[in-house]
Amino acid sequence: MLSGKLFMHIPDGFMSIPVSIVLWVVSVIVIGIALRKTNKQLGEKEIPLMGILSAAIFAGQMLNFSVTGGTSGHLLGAALATILLGPWAAILVMTSVVSIQALVFQDGGLIALGANLFNMAVVGVFVSYAVITFINKIINNEKAALFSSSVVAAWFSIFIASLGCALELALSGTSPANIAVPTMASIHALIGVGEALITLGAVSFVYAARKDLLKIGAANKATHKGILIGGGLITLTLVVLSPLASSHPDGLEWVAEKQGFLSVAQDSIYNLIPDYVMPGLNNEAVATILAGIIGAVVVFVLAVGVARTSKKISS
Amino acid sequence: MLEINKHQISPLHLLNTRVKIIFTLVFILCVSLSPIGTWPAYILFLTLILSGIILSWLSLKLLMIRSLLSLPLVLAALPLLFTGPEPYQQLIISDQIKLLISQPGFERFISIAVKSWLSILAAILLSSTTRFEELLSAFRKLGLPRILVAILSLMWRYLSLMIDEAKSLSRARDSRSAGQSNKGTLAWRAGVTGKMVGNLLLRSLERSERVYAAMAVRGYSGEPLYRISNSLTKTDYWIMAGGIILCLMILVFATISQ
Repeated sequence: MLSGKLFMHIPDGFMSIPVSIVLWVVSVIVIGIALRKTNKQLGEKEIPLMGILSAAIFAGQMLNFSVTGGTSGHLLGAALATILLGPWAAILVMTSVVSIQALVFQDGGLIALGANLFNMAVVGVFVSYAVITFINKIINNEKAALFSSSVVAAWFSIFIASLGCALELALSGTSPANIAVPTMASIHALIGVGEALITLGAVSFVYAARKDLLKIGAANKATHKGILIGGGLITLTLVVLSPLASSHPDGLEWVAEKQGFLSVAQDSIYNLIPDYVMPGLNNEAVATILAGIIGAVVVFVLAVGVARTSKKISS
Repeated sequence: MLEINKHQISPLHLLNTRVKIIFTLVFILCVSLSPIGTWPAYILFLTLILSGIILSWLSLKLLMIRSLLSLPLVLAALPLLFTGPEPYQQLIISDQIKLLISQPGFERFISIAVKSWLSILAAILLSSTTRFEELLSAFRKLGLPRILVAILSLMWRYLSLMIDEAKSLSRARDSRSAGQSNKGTLAWRAGVTGKMVGNLLLRSLERSERVYAAMAVRGYSGEPLYRISNSLTKTDYWIMAGGIILCLMILVFATISQ
């Protein structure tokens, strides 16, 4: 049960609000660009294509293979989508998959969705695309380039996204960087191997059966400088930043605490009402008990009310 | 699985979807913003969401089970127990093994777990009292781009079909390997799974061509299809304002009682 999906989909409550907001803004901008680009590039035919392909990637994530002792590996799909569709359409497909997981299956939170979109749709696709382009530059044989790039891109997309995820958790003060980064990195270095093997299998299958489809992604090659630069930068930044952050966790925590995102918001409200003491509620224990009692009463009254009305309706 | 409890009709099912979405987001936001260790506020938030669950006439047991299923990620915050600031509490497991547990770290860990559980409850309540199509058209009204709505609605329509195909692929694999899931090398097993994924993708591509043809025949011209969501009535506004004010009040209470 413990698979890559679980670790990468951050639930609500884990992310400090400022970190969430920043990542929301970045994701929205990138997805907005992706929408505009695909809108221009693709015709009316591509909407059903992307919808159904998103459903297929979602379903493909359910296909797993046993690794050892009850754990299993499965696909995330960012690299695969990039190879099949090119980067911008892949961003939209991954956005759809991640959003439905959050909205319907509670795989990842709603406020945290911005961060999850950033890790899986933006970073995953950007990094994949940068790796694919790089490998296509250094390997001339088309087939060799395709297969090797699908392996390397898949691994990197998982690994780099997990670094991002770990740093976000550390910045939010949820998990200390010196533990979160190495743990996430080592787990996802392994999960990435699974992703690489699955992606290779999928690409080689498509190559054998419908070689023409892989041309779609290939035709889009080298036309997306922005993604290339973005992917390269994300990779470099996270690879350099993660060891730094984990060897100086205090630095990162200092940023989180002092610059202090969360506490800024709290302090401002706090300062508005200085020395304010709720009558009779200055003691935390009393307040807790009181809140418990109020809660119980509200819920009980409501429950009785609903039971009465539903009885009336049924009779 | 997908349409759990969707056939029921309760006041919450009938409530305007936009009101539910906005309330859920505000609720989760307020829960996330309340400081660490403000237990009374957490109880009040729980009261609010329990009231919603009661009003939705859903099975409390099912909701609880579902909400607990999504919690294992709490483990990510576990290191806080040991890395948090002083004072430390000594936990003696045996003579040799003694754990130093940071008290503020412990408080932080439990707070994160509770907050994330409250948020999950709210999200489950939203998704199990609202049909996905309605959710989408409400998001469209709230400004989600047209194409994204179209892609999501088509994805939703074909999701259970693709899941069925994935399941039948898995069944085919299982019946050929006679239930021995550890056969062959790891790389081989992963490769087989990859080929299944490739197979699934090809099937979906071919299906999308057929779907497009069928849609074109019925007059599709690139304009996406989705339901029009109901407009907000005066009561809806009152309910929305009430819900938001309640959340904000609890948040303010949490902040000042800290």
